[in-house]
Amino acid sequence: MSAVAIRCEKIAKRYRIGVGRHDTLRDQIAEGVSRLFQPAKGGEAPGTLWALRDVSFEVQAGEVAGIIGRNGAGKSTLLKILSRITEPTQGRAVLFGRVGSLLEVGTGFHPELTGRENIFLNGAILGMRREEIQQKFDEIVAFSEIERFLDTPVKRYSSGMYVRLAFAVAAHLEPEILLVDEVLAVGDVAFQRKCLGKMGEVAGEGRTVLFVSHNMAAVQALCTRGIFLRKGTIWFDGSINDTISTYLRTLEEIPGQDLAERVERRGKGALRLTRVEISEGETMPAGILAAGRPAQFSFYLTGTRSDLTCTFTIYDQYGKPVANFNSATLGPEDVYDAAFGPRITCELDELLLAPGRYRINVALTAGNELEDHLEGAAFFDVDPGQLRGRPVHAHSKYGVVTMPHRWKVPLDL
Amino acid sequence: MKDPVKSRPFAAAAMDNVLNPEGFSGVVIQPSRGWGGLPLGEVWRFRELVFFLVWRDLKVRYRQSVLGALWIIIQPLVTMAVFSLIFNRFLGIDSGNDVPYPVFSYTALLPWMYFSNSLSRCSNSLVGNAALISKIYFPRLIVPLSAVLPGLVDFLIAFVILLGMLLYYGIWPGWAILTLPLLLLLAMITTLGVGLWLSALNVQYRDVQYITPFLIQVWMYATPIIYSTSRIPERWLWLYNLNPMVGVVQSFRRILLNDQSFGGVSWPSLAIALVILVSGLIYFRQTERIFADVV
Ligand SMILES: Nc1ncnc2c1ncn2[C@@H]1O[C@H](COP(=O)(O)OP(=O)(O)OP(=O)(O)O)[C@@H](O)[C@H]1O
Ligand SMILES: [Mg+2]
Repeated sequence: MSAVAIRCEKIAKRYRIGVGRHDTLRDQIAEGVSRLFQPAKGGEAPGTLWALRDVSFEVQAGEVAGIIGRNGAGKSTLLKILSRITEPTQGRAVLFGRVGSLLEVGTGFHPELTGRENIFLNGAILGMRREEIQQKFDEIVAFSEIERFLDTPVKRYSSGMYVRLAFAVAAHLEPEILLVDEVLAVGDVAFQRKCLGKMGEVAGEGRTVLFVSHNMAAVQALCTRGIFLRKGTIWFDGSINDTISTYLRTLEEIPGQDLAERVERRGKGALRLTRVEISEGETMPAGILAAGRPAQFSFYLTGTRSDLTCTFTIYDQYGKPVANFNSATLGPEDVYDAAFGPRITCELDELLLAPGRYRINVALTAGNELEDHLEGAAFFDVDPGQLRGRPVHAHSKYGVVTMPHRWKVPLDL
Repeated sequence: MKDPVKSRPFAAAAMDNVLNPEGFSGVVIQPSRGWGGLPLGEVWRFRELVFFLVWRDLKVRYRQSVLGALWIIIQPLVTMAVFSLIFNRFLGIDSGNDVPYPVFSYTALLPWMYFSNSLSRCSNSLVGNAALISKIYFPRLIVPLSAVLPGLVDFLIAFVILLGMLLYYGIWPGWAILTLPLLLLLAMITTLGVGLWLSALNVQYRDVQYITPFLIQVWMYATPIIYSTSRIPERWLWLYNLNPMVGVVQSFRRILLNDQSFGGVSWPSLAIALVILVSGLIYFRQTERIFADVV
């Protein structure tokens, strides 16, 4: 069976940003007046952004395709167009079959309503009929593992319970075409695995799935085909393994670029990352680290704030997160001094990473707001070295961390 | 492959159906032109969602309050008491005939409170459901539509109290009481028409949030709630009667209180209500394509 399930023909989407968006009438009037005095120049109107351009592809019925790409690449926009939430500016798409989309878990959940009531409400919102929900009710409850709290308002739920319930409802939707956007990024690992299992089942049943995720392991496990979106266009379209490696390779191209100039970033932007320096220490050459040796990560910023927090995550070459560092978690040896300038530094006494190539994602937050978030902010290689006198060799296929340890062996040496 | 689409909401929500070479029917997505007509079929297919949104609204509204559903009757009753005291006793405004002032004002308050409460709910409906709109597809008309429905439940409950009051004052409404649903329909049309405009404008201009309460207040003074129509100078009546709510309130009084004052629904006001509804629908349909992007 090779019927087409989704066909996109030159889909493009233009958003108005900044000046084009008015929240009050006064802004609109003010802009109209300023237009009078400075007539728009030819070409693209200011404040528009092409989130997608000329996106064409076909997906066969029963195919499970992963859509990957950096922040702002247009992945969510594509799913929104295919699920008819927003219209394309140009082009057209044809979908053959009942479409279900899951762009966020728990959309339409009401905090005052109980779990039971929310199952019905959310089901209806996702397009299920009442009998259909009734029929699957027990299954949904069993999947979510929250039987005991079924008659408690969901505002009293822990965020984990909330996600479980929300995903359970969505997972029992039975569309022929399923569009999923990054919903597994939430919830605990065990539940994530359960969701992946459920999604795998869905895929196994011959349903067509478009799956957006930053989690390469999940994409690789679920999908057979990959579409790599970059700056709103399809950069690569092929087998999932080729797509992921192309994507990871483009992540590596970035370090040559000035971080301050990078446009692929998220956050408010009042405060930004301009440079990352990774070395063994202040006077050591940059970019060279070795297992078991000290390491220092320095983040240069455009300014500082008293409530600034820096978080960064180290990823291995397969895109799996290895370790996370967060300056908001206080330690007794942390040092605070305004004289450090617009720079925040993280020092490690011994680097517990196995030799290999790693990248980091960095997020800066001030108060509760995300100021800046960069994927692939820096890359570094870890060379073989010694950890407390014990050599750490290169090219171990088994794991990416190394730990100080000692053996007790029943031998006389 | 399972059987294709038939009457299931998502795929059935097609703008138009096409056949692919293998013979399934599908949905075409492309930039729309014009106002796209009335998606009545689509709204009908999503009727369960309308039901659940109304149900959610009613449930949430009275769940956390101690007096619960009692609020539905407290609001008109207290307003009636205040009006009777201030306007009738202190300021000497009366019903213009021998109908007791409390029941005179309460009768008017029923359709009026339906209108004012539903209109303010409707005006905020799209902005209040921003999360839904930017994450899920369904005909957007459902949102303002399900904002004007819960008020009917409040109306019915308050209406039962009115019947009790009529009994108490010994007033017997005639058979014309059977035409009340038509008047309520006119109130709904007016509410929905104005609500469509305000809700759609609110998405782009948050000023509407401040304008709505003000508009409702002014509108109340232009409707015979506190006073009777006989107070309006003859030469201004034509203008006054353009307000569709005047006809609704007047007819309510005539039918329920055997009030002989001038009233009834005038043709021009009916036309105005319809014009507001139709233009509201067109404006709504034309702007709804950007709701998800700007809300
Ligand atoms: N409603 C909107 N108004 C204006 N611009 C928008 C809107 N939604 C998205 N954009 C812009 O369109 C671009 C693509 O956004 P999109 O959400 O599709 O990215 P994404 O690939 O899903 O990113 P992420 O991985 O961070 O989820 C971004 O530059 C974003 O700022
Ligand atoms: Mg996204």
